Amino acid sequence: MEILVCIKRVPMVGAALILTDDGTELDTRRLGFQLSPHEENAVEAAVQLVEKHGGSVTLLAMGTAESEEQLREQLAIGADRAIIALTDGSEPDPQATAAGLLEAIRADGAPFDLVLLGSESADVAGYQTGIRLAHALGLPVVTNVKGLSITDGVARCERAVGSEREVYEVPLPAVITVRDGLNIPRYPSVPGRIKARKKPVTTHEVTIGAPRIVKHRLVVPPATAKGTTVLEPNAEGAAALVEAFREIGVLS
Amino acid sequence: MNLPTSAKAVIIGAGIVGNSMAYHLARLGWRDIVQVDKGPLPNPGGSTGHASNFLFPVDHTKEMTELTHESMRQYKEMGVLTECGGIEVARTPARMQELQRRMSSAKSFDIDDTQILTPDQVKELVPYIDETVILGGFYTPSVCVVDSLRAGTIMRERALEMGALSVFANTEVLDIEVVDGHVAAVLTDQGRIEADYVIIACGCWSPKMARMAGAIIPLTPAVHQMKDIGPVPRFADAKGDIEYPIVRDMDTNMYERQHGSGLEVGSYAHRPILHEVEDIPSNAEAALSPTEMPFTQVDFDLQDEHSLELMPEIIGDENVREKYAINGLLSLTPDGMPILGETPEVKGLWSVAAVWIKEGPGTGKSVAEWMVLGESEIDLHASDIARFHDHHKTREHIVARTSEGFNKTYGIVHPMEQWASNRNVRLSPYFEREKALDAVFFETVGWERPFWYESNAGLLEKYGDAVMPRTSEWEARWWSPIINAEHLEMRETAGLVDLTAFCIFDVIGLGALETVQRTALRQMDVAVGKVVYTPVLSPNGGFKSDLTIMRLAHDHFRVVTGGAHGMADKKWFTDQLPADGTAQVVDLTSTYTTLGIWGPAARTILQAITKDDVSNEGFPFGTCRVIEIGPLRVLASRISYVGDLGWELYLPMEQGARLWDIVWAAGQPHGMIPVGIGVYGTTGRLEKSYRAYGNELESEYTVVEAGMQMKKVKDAEFVGKAAHLAHRDEDPAAILCSLTVDDNTSSTGEKRYMLGREPILTLDGTPITDRKNRRSYANSAGSAPSLGKHVLMSYLPPEHAVEGTKLLVEYLGEQYPVTVARVGNAPIFDVTNERIMG
Repeated sequence: MEILVCIKRVPMVGAALILTDDGTELDTRRLGFQLSPHEENAVEAAVQLVEKHGGSVTLLAMGTAESEEQLREQLAIGADRAIIALTDGSEPDPQATAAGLLEAIRADGAPFDLVLLGSESADVAGYQTGIRLAHALGLPVVTNVKGLSITDGVARCERAVGSEREVYEVPLPAVITVRDGLNIPRYPSVPGRIKARKKPVTTHEVTIGAPRIVKHRLVVPPATAKGTTVLEPNAEGAAALVEAFREIGVLS
Repeated sequence: MNLPTSAKAVIIGAGIVGNSMAYHLARLGWRDIVQVDKGPLPNPGGSTGHASNFLFPVDHTKEMTELTHESMRQYKEMGVLTECGGIEVARTPARMQELQRRMSSAKSFDIDDTQILTPDQVKELVPYIDETVILGGFYTPSVCVVDSLRAGTIMRERALEMGALSVFANTEVLDIEVVDGHVAAVLTDQGRIEADYVIIACGCWSPKMARMAGAIIPLTPAVHQMKDIGPVPRFADAKGDIEYPIVRDMDTNMYERQHGSGLEVGSYAHRPILHEVEDIPSNAEAALSPTEMPFTQVDFDLQDEHSLELMPEIIGDENVREKYAINGLLSLTPDGMPILGETPEVKGLWSVAAVWIKEGPGTGKSVAEWMVLGESEIDLHASDIARFHDHHKTREHIVARTSEGFNKTYGIVHPMEQWASNRNVRLSPYFEREKALDAVFFETVGWERPFWYESNAGLLEKYGDAVMPRTSEWEARWWSPIINAEHLEMRETAGLVDLTAFCIFDVIGLGALETVQRTALRQMDVAVGKVVYTPVLSPNGGFKSDLTIMRLAHDHFRVVTGGAHGMADKKWFTDQLPADGTAQVVDLTSTYTTLGIWGPAARTILQAITKDDVSNEGFPFGTCRVIEIGPLRVLASRISYVGDLGWELYLPMEQGARLWDIVWAAGQPHGMIPVGIGVYGTTGRLEKSYRAYGNELESEYTVVEAGMQMKKVKDAEFVGKAAHLAHRDEDPAAILCSLTVDDNTSSTGEKRYMLGREPILTLDGTPITDRKNRRSYANSAGSAPSLGKHVLMSYLPPEHAVEGTKLLVEYLGEQYPVTVARVGNAPIFDVTNERIMG
């Protein structure tokens, strides 16, 4: 089974978000990067499926050449090869992202039985790219999947809806977007790292059309949490503790 | 609790250093100490929080060894130390030799449990190592792991219990106020605290704090990469945090240590990754902590392969996975040593920075002693913040030297090894002339100094084996037989020596005499025109420095001292200035250049170019005065550090070249040659038993032990006087002796020459310890070409400090016979000093 997993390089942030002076971007100068967390589940699912059914896992990241860092990380997990859909670094909207991914998939030319994405990216969270890519590829799509198995060319997808589960069966090829809870992503091993360095990473330049969603400004919402308060072990502290329990509904 | 509005001392930082400072200041009696940190407790997010926490006690630097030793003692006392042993493994023959050198350093600095292991012996202790890739190991059973966060908490709590400390976490320093050169207050986001002392103990943020006060702490945050992998099947049943010895894979600049069920792999092998202080994220911004930056795998790719080679059983296991990997920030300095002491720029502002876990508590204790008692038990001169010259403080210098030094963390660093980066910063007026003479330049605090001149190579034939040629690559490295040839030729004719690297500062004003009297051991109330070589004592009567002072007028003294220690000397003199402002210290280092001329022909040459009387009667030893040489007025000073007749000639920097040309022309008929610092700093002084600060002279030794006491002690008060008087009344625990190596032949028949810091042993191979528990080792080592011997200087207990006593010196795993040639400061060569006095 040939599986394609689309991943995105995003900033690794802590509790505070710092914006650039013009307020249009996250200031990433002091930050590291990772892939969107749901995509770790996607890669893990792909590697497990190939371990079970055979085939190979191809990774596809759209962005700058730096995306290779995240691709190598996932090649170390067990993916076989990677493609960079190389852009000029400008930020595409979900439509442009889907178009760029499609362009790279076509340029690569290899057919895929299954295309996996995260349900949404960690930075923009548009929830659209998987659907738009499926549409462009003319494939069925199931989103927000937390359970996945494949039998005889049919993918069984589970979604959580409130406390209930929805189950879909979709014939391959198909596009599936997944989220956390699908599996526990593995960490790389050193031998995995060493192998990953020799795995092929190819680059296709893609052009990004003018965005149809225009970003004007980012606003960091005011922090709601006040941080940790250490209570003194005395009557005053006990009263504060009771108050805190009331607030969270432990006491009425 | 609200932030107080005033305090005796504010400690900025609650890592291992700040906590150690809090405890030791409290222990020594200080109260009203406030500690602030911008992060939370007990782990505010600095380097302590992610440190690997292991201690290897053996180091080639005595100061570092002592600080580590003292730190181990404290960690042990606090119950946070686990002894696990450590092995430095060698993959190359050069490293095996280096491990032998470490054996020597261990013995010299009193660590006796070390041994060299075969690969099989290493395998026995570390069963998961592939012993076929190593040649052997250096085993130190006392290597240990400590809980530095717990230690910090304990020390803070102790200070709190004493009622000496209040602690404010999540309190960020915004500014440090200075009034009239003295620190006045710390402004935080929680309020303002007036303080007499401010202690900067916040690791890689320290430069930012210093800048707020107008001072400079020249360190840079830099990355040390590490990854933790696991769970390791072999460690599944591990009960403790650490049960196997830590392995340092020296030749790949890496270490591997078991950590519970995991294995931590750390590296100093990757490219130097430096950060600006401003680029460190805040606690809130950071994904982990500010100093646990995102791991950059691409910098670790090669290290993965190296660790796989050494420990294939664990590293090669596909199921052993990376649990945690960081680019951990730590502090690097241009010379690799910590930055301790009161800043020269701001009174009351103290730096305790670039200190690692292994030396943290020991450093805290030492700096606290320095602050409270005026002096620390461990000599901290190599870490003194006052050591830096101006150019050392530039970002470019810091970046260049830390980048060059980083990969030497586990390196085989030759004692004479020169820096390749940021050279040619300070050039003497003779530089072009020296280059034309094919000088080989070594660097001292930025100055390029000829170490020898290739133009003198022709002398090698003349002197033959008398130059004591070295066949071993290690000893021939950073050395040339030309040095010894220059020495011998200088003793026959004359040598011209560029001494521009001297630090020169004047003490002037009505209080000048009082200042130099207070600072110098020897009588400074001398006639104008006298030159006095004098020890400078620490409060406990040890050596703070040794230097030369010329009295130029009733209210004017000129201090001349070595470049390496000169800035610290300048601060020391400045600290002794009278409070009433009647004296000042003026730095003239860059104003005056110095040219030395010594040798039997020196007087003839000098007399040929001056009309002033330079005869022995007209210009006696130990005097100075201005003479005219052609169009130049030159301050000539008749002293000698090489053991021959001659002068130091001081004149304005821009006139130096002219002087060189005049002396050069006059010297040619007499066979004068240019002579490098190899002679001036080593061979010339050693055969005369002249001491050198930092080698023989340290605060841990007394004037009596160094054999430098005067017949009388002056009446005037001076720093260290009471202690010095007491030292004179007691029998010295050791006496500085000059030793000659009787036979330099190794077991393979090769001549080997010690380079310094080797242990001195009794004939049965036992290390020698004096009653103050100090080991005897070679404080200096070098050729004495006029004697045809290799010479060592060493402090020996009285029972061994007897002329003719036979002892051994251990060098690279072999023992060589030595004889005590002189006890005290009597020279081996030219015992009556005829050559100088003539």
